[in-house]
Amino acid sequence: MSAAPVTAPAPAGGSIDAVARRVGAARVRRRRRVAGVVVAISLVALAAATASLLLGAAGLGLGDVVAALVGQGSPKAEFVILRLRLPRVLAAIIAGTALGLGGALFQTTLRNPLASPDILGVTGGASLAAVGSMLLLGLDGPAVSVAAFAGALVVAALMWGLAWRDGLTGIRFVLVGIGLASIVSGLLGWLITRADVREASEALVWMVGGIGSVGWPELATAGGALAVLLVLTAFFSPRMPLIALSDDSARSLGLDATRARLVAIVLGVALVAVATALAGPIAFVALVAAPIARALVGNGQAALAASALVGAAIVLVADLVAQHAFTGVAVPVGIVTGLIGAPYLLWLIARGNRKGSDG
Amino acid sequence: MTGTAPHGLRAESITLAYDGRRVVEGLDLEIPDGRITAIVGPNASGKSTLLRGLARLMRPETGRVTLDGRDIRSYAPKEFARRVAVLPQQPVAPDGVLVGELVSRGRHPHRGWFGGRSSDDDRIVAEVLEATGTADLADRAVSELSGGQRQRVWIAMALAQRAGIVLLDEPTSFLDVSHQLELLDLLTESNRLHGTTVVMVLHELNLAARYADHLVVVDGGRIAAAGKPAAVMTAETVGTAFGLECVIADDPVAGSPMIVPIGRFHRA
Repeated sequence: MSAAPVTAPAPAGGSIDAVARRVGAARVRRRRRVAGVVVAISLVALAAATASLLLGAAGLGLGDVVAALVGQGSPKAEFVILRLRLPRVLAAIIAGTALGLGGALFQTTLRNPLASPDILGVTGGASLAAVGSMLLLGLDGPAVSVAAFAGALVVAALMWGLAWRDGLTGIRFVLVGIGLASIVSGLLGWLITRADVREASEALVWMVGGIGSVGWPELATAGGALAVLLVLTAFFSPRMPLIALSDDSARSLGLDATRARLVAIVLGVALVAVATALAGPIAFVALVAAPIARALVGNGQAALAASALVGAAIVLVADLVAQHAFTGVAVPVGIVTGLIGAPYLLWLIARGNRKGSDG
Repeated sequence: MTGTAPHGLRAESITLAYDGRRVVEGLDLEIPDGRITAIVGPNASGKSTLLRGLARLMRPETGRVTLDGRDIRSYAPKEFARRVAVLPQQPVAPDGVLVGELVSRGRHPHRGWFGGRSSDDDRIVAEVLEATGTADLADRAVSELSGGQRQRVWIAMALAQRAGIVLLDEPTSFLDVSHQLELLDLLTESNRLHGTTVVMVLHELNLAARYADHLVVVDGGRIAAAGKPAAVMTAETVGTAFGLECVIADDPVAGSPMIVPIGRFHRA
């Protein structure tokens, strides 16, 4: 036959061991870097949270704050810290974590940096359902959260159905999502204009994304939901490196790619809904958190933990700015994140156009 | 059927279609175990589709593909991936992924539900990096590599699955001649050293005839001819399948059939 006998190139066992050690060492370096980034972002978040607890008109010192936190403070300090500032900080952490992680799941699963739940109308769907349930049905409390989740899920399901064609490509999903986002925002506008002025202004404040009026019951609901979702995402996360490849590559490595992408999207939708139900649609956090985290961790990874922490840090810092940077008025946190996020989005689109790529 | 279960990969009258458009129709094919099979055919003949069907990337409308006598759809995804590795056409790595990391993903079918790695994962990754000549690239980003290097890295990932059967869809496209040979040598080495069954869709007929033990010519979604290259690669088969007038000569190096095509200006 045509084939000449092939002799083994006699790979020295020693050189294989050396390569194996290098592969292992590279992985350890990656892990150390991820750990370093996680610690650094946590410190930033901690600093912002501490500043949020300390700053304000009440003139409380560090000692007053600590005393209030452990239940030994003056009634005034306890009211300011436990009723006003601490819930605010916790809401920022919960909403930011959920948005950062949700955005990372979306972007990795759809393999497109533009594919963030706020661009795709998933957040909008949550808002529409939440505002609708408040204005039309007069709901409040946990019922609004359930409505927000349902709204986000409906938009995501519509998107999946409309974008599906013998498989799912990120770019079609994004285009369909942008279309749905504008439909949703149109419907929101219509809801607001036909509501009475007082209710409409309440809804508008909610829609900008604020964490000022969050109470303990809402925090408990959102925190519990977030904890469950974090555990589920942690169990699911070993599949993310395969999902980041093409569907064909993922399948040939033994992953049911369609099901895995569906699970990742549902987790992302649930996370975004938790955040939106708690704090309104805080703009652009889901879009920017994961790319920042990936840049810090080193590219090519889903960087889920780092994305979640970056999300929390962004909302904490943005809220600090919203509360104290503007003299006289405190603005909702969503305004600040929008001011940061919108230019980033423009940059992303401009860069994508220049590369002429799918991202 | 004398009681022994059929061994290896075979297609039993499969029909494969995209959106109802049938590309492969009622096709039977047996992949010889431990051999190199090349699938050739003109553009749009259904050769890549056939490979996708064998690779479980496409569900047949009718018929079935079996592995050791069992329908491939009855295998759990990871179990199938431990038996059959697939290199799709033009795979894409996310920006910034390192070579070592990408190749390590080939170990996924051998990992448990939580993705925990086994102690010999790194060693197996090192072995395939060494075998594909990519060990020196282990710490480089895949996106920085040249086309030839990148293709070798993807093959390393497929080999890291340690599957007995490797399916490749046009692994040599977009490579220059020397890199094409390098890649086919690499696959031959894996076949000769480890007995890996190699099935690949190839464009280049002369390389297919030279490297394949078993040659399958697909035309119009059916098998036009299959067998040893010397038996299959006739002027008549090439003429009907590719619409190409040619002379078959002996490859002066390998002795395999060599197609010398004849264009309009060189007819006698």
